Amino acid sequence: MAIIEVGNIRKSFSSLEVLKGISFSLNEGEVLSIIGPSGSGKSTLLRCITNLEQIDSGSIIIGGKTMVSTNSSNQAIYADKHTLATIGLKVGLVFQNFNLFPHFSVERNITEALVHVLRLSKSEAQEQAIELLQKMGLEDKIKAYPYQLSGGQQQRVSIARALALRPDVLCFDEPTSALDPELTGEILAVIKELAQEKMTMMVVTHEMAFARDISNRVIFMDQGVIVEEGTPEDVFVKTTNRRTKKFLNRFNQ
Amino acid sequence: MKDLLLLMVQGTYTTLRIFFLTLIFSLPLGLVVAKGRMSKNKILSEAVNIYIMIMRGTPLILQLIFVYFAPYYIFGASADRFTAVIIAYSINYAAYYAEIYRGGIQSIPEGQLEAAKVLGFTKWHTFTHITMPQVVKRIMPAMGNEVITLVKDTALAQTIGVAELFRVAQNAAAREFSTLPIFVAGVFYFVMNAVVSKSFEVIEHKLDYYR
Repeated sequence: MAIIEVGNIRKSFSSLEVLKGISFSLNEGEVLSIIGPSGSGKSTLLRCITNLEQIDSGSIIIGGKTMVSTNSSNQAIYADKHTLATIGLKVGLVFQNFNLFPHFSVERNITEALVHVLRLSKSEAQEQAIELLQKMGLEDKIKAYPYQLSGGQQQRVSIARALALRPDVLCFDEPTSALDPELTGEILAVIKELAQEKMTMMVVTHEMAFARDISNRVIFMDQGVIVEEGTPEDVFVKTTNRRTKKFLNRFNQ
Repeated sequence: MKDLLLLMVQGTYTTLRIFFLTLIFSLPLGLVVAKGRMSKNKILSEAVNIYIMIMRGTPLILQLIFVYFAPYYIFGASADRFTAVIIAYSINYAAYYAEIYRGGIQSIPEGQLEAAKVLGFTKWHTFTHITMPQVVKRIMPAMGNEVITLVKDTALAQTIGVAELFRVAQNAAAREFSTLPIFVAGVFYFVMNAVVSKSFEVIEHKLDYYR
């Protein structure tokens, strides 16, 4: 079953068209990697799916609910606020720069949404935080503040924060780009573990080896269009596409 | 000397009343003004900008006289002197605070607001629980300056005949042909501001638990 269905979306920033008709779907339990050069529109695509950017036209359907569709005069029509809020909770997002709340402890970073959005009791929320932090290997950091953690630890907390809402799909926007190579490994290991648990994920990444390793499907984007889509083997090994080859060659050097 | 000190303590009481009442009204009002200044509604934000320009661009003493006398010429009646002082000071200080708040609010990284949105927080919850607590920490040094200035600005209230500390001291100086009461008043202001400074230091220290 498709959790995300994206149909022909277009998005411009003033005169610059960043997404030029993107369509794809993401099935339950699938891990989809999106690769491509900087400025290809990968992050914008993720931001449209998480409703941080509004599309100009096209459609996005998440978990069978229509987030946005296009009317006959080619204008994007968004669902009402309530529906958007419901859909929003199904899609988690992990940012490149973590975006933890610096004035909250690790625990409160995780529990805040549980208490104020899902209306769990404080003790229930706390239990979940502990459980998630154990999974991330950070249970000893529960009372720490973000500034006391390494970048890799901060990113693991932000993954725990996103998982706390039990999303149907978790999106990663270049989750390791702000980290040292050393710390990158620990984040990739966490994502890999989630993949083994059949978490549905969409990962925008520059880590080619990783994308190849964990994905069921890979999308290569360039200049606002999907150039190629297929299994990791299709895209990384068997590709005959000139643009894909050129892009991958730069990484293999 | 004992009589003089007693009079000055009474004057100080008026000074402190001006100080605290102004803070109570101008601190929240400043936040409303800051929100108006940052509004996407061009008309509102421009109107608020003009208000801020007037408040910061003309002397407080002039605004004080205006607030006290203008209603008299328009309606034939004035507010009482003390009320006029509180109104004038509150709208003046709100303009300064508004710009400090605005600087603080705009310094919160956009990414945190996006994280809050993705987590499903309401705009109000994000503002009250994510933005403002961090704003308070960031604006403390600038606020300290303004609050100290307010302590000293209370001396202008005498312009419309409110007997605050400095007026009391001047009266005593004239009566006794001595500048001593003026300098005693100086010590009073210094002590009040020492308390203000110390309070800010304590608050800043309390907010030191995160970076």
